[in-house]
Amino acid sequence: MRAVVTITRRSDIADPEGATIARALSDLGYGEVGTVRVNRTIEVSLPGRDREYVLSAVRGMCDKMLANPVMEDYEIEVFD
Amino acid sequence: MTVGIIVFPGTNCEEDVAYALDALGAETVPVWHRETSLDGLTAVVLPGGFAHGDYLRAGAIARFSPIMAAVEKLAAEGHPVLGICNGFQILCEAGLLPGALIANRDLRFICRPVHVRVESTDSVLTRAAAIGQVLTIPLNSYEGNYLPGPEAARPILRYCEADGSVTGAANPNGSSDSVAGIANSSGTVAAVMPHPERAIEPFMASTDGRVLLESFIAASEAASLGAVDG
Repeated sequence: MRAVVTITRRSDIADPEGATIARALSDLGYGEVGTVRVNRTIEVSLPGRDREYVLSAVRGMCDKMLANPVMEDYEIEVFD
Repeated sequence: MTVGIIVFPGTNCEEDVAYALDALGAETVPVWHRETSLDGLTAVVLPGGFAHGDYLRAGAIARFSPIMAAVEKLAAEGHPVLGICNGFQILCEAGLLPGALIANRDLRFICRPVHVRVESTDSVLTRAAAIGQVLTIPLNSYEGNYLPGPEAARPILRYCEADGSVTGAANPNGSSDSVAGIANSSGTVAAVMPHPERAIEPFMASTDGRVLLESFIAASEAASLGAVDG
C-alpha cells in the first residue's frame, strides 16, 4: 500500500509563493487564474499492510511529524 | 557551571555561540544530537543553522533527535534553555514554545542588523536588560516570520525603529506582532530570531548582544546554585 499525504498551508495563512505564481500566470496571459497555493506531497509506502492500518499509521505520522497543526492541514489518500 | 551547546547535523553557529559565551565568562561544551544525557549541565543553547537540512520544516526533524528528550527534561526542571534562529524553530516544533516560524513575508533571506526593543525582562535572555531598551543585532534567516499558535506567545523582544517605536516598516519579515523573541510563562525557555552571539565585540555590528547573553549566563549561574523550580 502507498499513502500520498498532501500538506497544505492553513487557508487563513498567507502563501506568498502561491501569490507570486498567480501574478506570473496572469502576466503570461492566464488572467482567469484566481488563487494559486503551493502544497507539498509526501508518499509513504507500507508494504503488506491493509488500507485501514495505513490510514491510521499515516495519520499518526502526520500528527506527530509530517504536518505542523499550527500552520498546516493535511489529507491522506491510500493507493494499492 | 557549564552550558551545553546542542549540535545537530547542519547546525553552523555552535562555534560562534561557544566563542561568545566563553568571551563573557561561561564554560561551554558541545553536545552532539545523538547523545541522550545532559547530566552535569546547567543550561543549554540550541544554536542557529539548518538542523537536518531544514528538511520537511525547519526544526521538524531535529525535535526528534535523541538529545531532545534530555532538553525537554532540563526545561521541565526549570533550567535555562535558549534557542537562537534555527534553535527558535526547533523549540517551537518541540512544543517547548508556542507557535511556528514560516517563510519571511517577502520570501527573501534577510541578513542584516535589525533593531529590537526589550518588551519583558522576565526571561533568561532579558533579565539584565531594561524594558524599552533598543538593541541592534544581526538577523540571518529565511524562516523568521513568527506565527502564533492557539496558545499565546509571550514576547520578550520586538522589531522596532532605531528610536524604539514598533512600526510595520521596522518589521523585517512579517512576524506576528513584530515578535523577534519569546519566552515561556516562567521565562526559563527563551528564543530569539536575531543572533546575539554575533553582536558582542567592537568589530561586529554592535555589542548589544552582550546584555542578552550575560542575562543567560547569570540565569545559568543561578540555576547551577539550585535556584530553579523543581
